[in-house]
Amino acid sequence: MRIGLARPDYAADEALIDSPTQWAWVGLLFAALAAFPFVANEYWLYLACLVGIHVVSATGLNILTGYTGLVSLGQAAFMGMGAYTVAVLQARWGTPPLLNLVAAGVVAMTGGLVVGIPSLRVKGLYLAIATIAASFIAHFVFANWNAVTGGTAGLTVAPASFLGVTLDTSFRIYWLIVPLTVAMVVGAANLFRTRIGRAFIAIRDRDISAEVLGIPLLRYKLLSFAVSSFYAGVAGGLWAYFFRVVTPESFPLILSIFYLAAIIVGGMGTILGAILGAAFMAMVPELLKLVVDWLPLGANATLVLSPVRTIVFGALIVGFLIFEPNGLAEIWRRIRRFFHLYPFRT
Amino acid sequence: MNFDWLFLFEISLAGLGTGALYALTGLAFVTIYKATRVVNLAIGEMLMIGAYVFFAFAAGLALPVWLSIVAAIVAGGVLGALVERTMIRPMLGESPISVFMVTVGLGSILVGLVELIWTADPRRLPEFLPNDPIFLGEAYVSPKVFYGFCVAALLIAAMLLVFRFWRGGVALRATASDQAAAYSMGIDVPRVFSLSWIVAGMIAAIAGIVVGAIGGISSTMGIFGLTVLVVVIFGGLDSIAGALVGGLFIGLVEAWAGAYLGGEYKVLAVFVLLVLILMVRPYGLFGTHEIERL
Repeated sequence: MRIGLARPDYAADEALIDSPTQWAWVGLLFAALAAFPFVANEYWLYLACLVGIHVVSATGLNILTGYTGLVSLGQAAFMGMGAYTVAVLQARWGTPPLLNLVAAGVVAMTGGLVVGIPSLRVKGLYLAIATIAASFIAHFVFANWNAVTGGTAGLTVAPASFLGVTLDTSFRIYWLIVPLTVAMVVGAANLFRTRIGRAFIAIRDRDISAEVLGIPLLRYKLLSFAVSSFYAGVAGGLWAYFFRVVTPESFPLILSIFYLAAIIVGGMGTILGAILGAAFMAMVPELLKLVVDWLPLGANATLVLSPVRTIVFGALIVGFLIFEPNGLAEIWRRIRRFFHLYPFRT
Repeated sequence: MNFDWLFLFEISLAGLGTGALYALTGLAFVTIYKATRVVNLAIGEMLMIGAYVFFAFAAGLALPVWLSIVAAIVAGGVLGALVERTMIRPMLGESPISVFMVTVGLGSILVGLVELIWTADPRRLPEFLPNDPIFLGEAYVSPKVFYGFCVAALLIAAMLLVFRFWRGGVALRATASDQAAAYSMGIDVPRVFSLSWIVAGMIAAIAGIVVGAIGGISSTMGIFGLTVLVVVIFGGLDSIAGALVGGLFIGLVEAWAGAYLGGEYKVLAVFVLLVLILMVRPYGLFGTHEIERL
């Protein structure tokens, strides 16, 4: 029955968390995240780690696509760059994991800057297609630069070790992935309270107008590419530590489409959207597994699973775009509004 | 060193053969783009559906080849109409990116359907093209590639005539050049939209049968569509002539890269070319350079 909030100054208006109720919920969420590994079994921990990685990457893509309006189908390629950086650093020099992850982000960022250069000349669909090209070229490099990437066989990664603890189980690596995910999501949320983030949004809404208002387009578009691929690189690095094997086939074009689908399903241009979308898209295959197992298909079940997953994947993209273009985040807002305004109707 | 001109000639002929198929599929793509401004990433998958329907009729039901071809073309048209009505029409007026993503989703759905019905294993289409070796001068041309080229060339010629003289084709061009004006001249624009998708679906089905006859069919043959995307960007998204020139050129580049650098360089060459085009001439060789105004 909270109808509105009195916000006495601009700082309160800009705050990410604007009421004691919200603070309480956030506290509860953190408590739940901290308690989760102690109650969940191996399978759920595995899923939680996977969702964490997806959330980082989807948030990165959301900065680029949802907030700056530059559609990219190269997110998986940037993740690959990050993953290979971690794999090589870990194998050759055994540098500490956090340093490796930052290096992964920086390498991917450099890749992002290079891919971003055409973005001043082309935009919209052309840019999306240029990023497809980038992802094929990256795949070629991964598969053929044998000296560094190990060719098509790929590289195996030693488990990360942190303060003398080897992070070789889902339970242990959870404590690396989830805090990092939280930090990066909070970082992204804060980005859009700054001049840079606002500039991104202005570019998305109308880039020519933004330029007229004094926002240097090339610099900010490149910056957006850089930040986004930094996120992808870190996500790729986490991926490498989590699966502990990196091959050129780990990061196909379909993974880039997966992330684009995740932010569409979740809601483009909202922080919550990337989180909800990534979690939802990661859970759908697991749900399908349950459904297919439950149907009386017998031995066909495993055979049917993969095609059904592909179909549902496509249908989700199409369905959300047609019926709920603002995604899960909008549904979430609607539910919240209902409780805020109760007993009044919206 | 003695350069083997004959080898280059043979490679180029094979490249032109593939290029003609790119041009044909590019034509389907441009038809949709011109009329509806939709970038259809699922064109490769539509082609695949055509090939599989042909496979189902010719190999599964053992119908005569000509009947199966007709059935596949009809199925391609129906698919086009269905997609336009259920997915593209509701997205009218949405941002081009959203519509583009809808076609990405469509591609995924079609791949899933094919894998569900026919499994992911590659198949061979029944032989229906004559199999005697063909020589042009001294150069050997694979008969399938040769007949593929002929089919593509004939079909492209037919399509050009259709666009030029048939009422529906003229309506299509009118809609492409100015939608509002076409509407006010009494052209039923929504029907033109449907028509363009139906025509594109039919062309894609034929291209699919020929591509399948040459290289076999599998659930990953939609990749063909990505190369077609490069072709149409090279030629300009809204230019039929561009699709033809682009198709032949990309076919050549691909064949040369495959022959002189190695098979894995094919894809690389095509996409490096794409990046170069986008940097130098983003609207393509013959495309319209759209000027953006506030």
